[in-house]
Amino acid sequence: MRLTEIRIAGFGGQGVILSAVVLGKAASIYENGFATMTQNFGPEARGGACSAQLIVSDSPVLYPYVTRPDIMVILSQEAYQRFAPELKPGGALIVEEDLVRVSDLKGDPKVYSVPATRFAEELGKRMVLNSVMVGFFTAITQLLTPDAVRKAVADSVPPAFRELNLKAFEKGFAYGTSLEAPRRSELEELTYSKE
Amino acid sequence: MKADPHGVLTGTHFIDGDHACCEGALAAGARFAAGYPITPSTEVVERFAARVPTVGGTFIQMEDELAASITLQGAVWGGAKAFTVTSGPGFSLMMEHIGYAAMTETPCVFVDVQRGGPSTGLPTLPAQADMMQARWGSHGDYEIIALCPNSPQECFDLTIKAFNLAEEFRVPVMFMMDEVVGHMTEKVVIPPADQIEVVPRKHTRKSVEDYLPYGSNGDMVPEMAHAGEGYKFHVTGLTHDERGYPNMTPQTQDKLVRRLQNKIRAAVDRICLFEEDGIDSADVVVVSYGITSRVAQRAVQMARERGLKVGKLRLITAWPFPDQKIAEIASKVKALVVPELNLGQMVREVERAAQGKAKTIALPHAGGGVHNPDQILNAIVEAIRC
Repeated sequence: MRLTEIRIAGFGGQGVILSAVVLGKAASIYENGFATMTQNFGPEARGGACSAQLIVSDSPVLYPYVTRPDIMVILSQEAYQRFAPELKPGGALIVEEDLVRVSDLKGDPKVYSVPATRFAEELGKRMVLNSVMVGFFTAITQLLTPDAVRKAVADSVPPAFRELNLKAFEKGFAYGTSLEAPRRSELEELTYSKE
Repeated sequence: MKADPHGVLTGTHFIDGDHACCEGALAAGARFAAGYPITPSTEVVERFAARVPTVGGTFIQMEDELAASITLQGAVWGGAKAFTVTSGPGFSLMMEHIGYAAMTETPCVFVDVQRGGPSTGLPTLPAQADMMQARWGSHGDYEIIALCPNSPQECFDLTIKAFNLAEEFRVPVMFMMDEVVGHMTEKVVIPPADQIEVVPRKHTRKSVEDYLPYGSNGDMVPEMAHAGEGYKFHVTGLTHDERGYPNMTPQTQDKLVRRLQNKIRAAVDRICLFEEDGIDSADVVVVSYGITSRVAQRAVQMARERGLKVGKLRLITAWPFPDQKIAEIASKVKALVVPELNLGQMVREVERAAQGKAKTIALPHAGGGVHNPDQILNAIVEAIRC
């Protein structure tokens, strides 16, 4: 797990922060690496702009902020406009297919889209769209082992919704796996070590 | 003494520094907090308010920081371990009562999650600009202890340390976090209770008749009794004698105030915690604390990759200041580079302690963010060149 910078952004209520918590937990607790997460959100409980910065690495993370994200997960058009230009050239851009229109892309990113909200609604609760997204992220980036992320999902959500969130994870994971799998060499390019 | 297992959330967690600080307080045995919410510190007491009923304790949201900072001292004299949590504007309001805690030798912890100032400043963004206030904010001569964590794990570990030092020396301890460390989420390992050492209250064993509240007991830290135990004592911010009664003579003042200083100064070696690396072979040493120490560490790595001889000294204890350590290092190196999120506070102490033996280079940042590692690297390069 080389040092990898990730930004997850959307609006409040989409589970942006929880997604970052799940991935950070998977990296630092279940894979014994290191993860540092910081977050930004407005005063609104729901609907305001919201983003999380997550850095995972196999050595301690020193600088706490994302400078040039290797991977970006975007869940709203507003977040797309604001953050997409920051993506590292050749980085991975993961978007919510129905909420984000991808245009004016620079830096030749690899774009992956998933109708996470729709999948979540099909499972019975829109709320679990973040777990769909986390599953999709896991399949696409292959940054973390699926088992580590499953465990992190399971212990990050309320017990009553554990099963539903795990289903959502599998849904996103299967969808991601079914897309043309990126080659190893491409994945290597996704991550980089600073300096 | 080992920690009370009720307060210890043993396990591996992914939590932020504020929450880790709360868990540290609970593990240390804190069963009372009074506070007034203020960003970026609120999460500490928010969690405490939720957690403390399950371990048998109390949280009171007070009408303001003045009330919070004195209420907690009432709880301490009632037998509890207690703390309060705030940020810059609230910390300013607490100053008088920090002096009161120092004068009455009330063991307690003040957590300050620093944000940009002065005044309302930058509520959601970091600074390290309360460092001098922590030391000198209240009037008169006194000593306090201040610790600076640089990760959520340390917010847990050092909060316990803060409570332990408060009890051992009967002194208010300033726990100087910053917004980044408070709001940053990382892995925090909380050990089993039987692996956590806590210092109990220095309670008197004397009888009610023999007890002298501020009497000397061979060391400079008097023994405490609690309200409601039958001991008769008087607690006052006025200059007091060994019985705790006001006695406003130069002799009593001299004896009391010197003891308040000396009980800390005599133990500087034990209180001063720091982390050092590569100092013996260094041309330049970067001195830093809190979140800045992580950015500085990155810069030190970058400098070493370029073949430069750079060491680091991270202050974990900011107050009392490790004069001797700085003097030692200054006699071996060309320069000391001091990045901090203020326009020059601890750097003055470094310069004073270096006694001109090495050049001291300030690397100020007004707050609202952290240094870019390149800035620190450039300062290192400059320092080596000159």
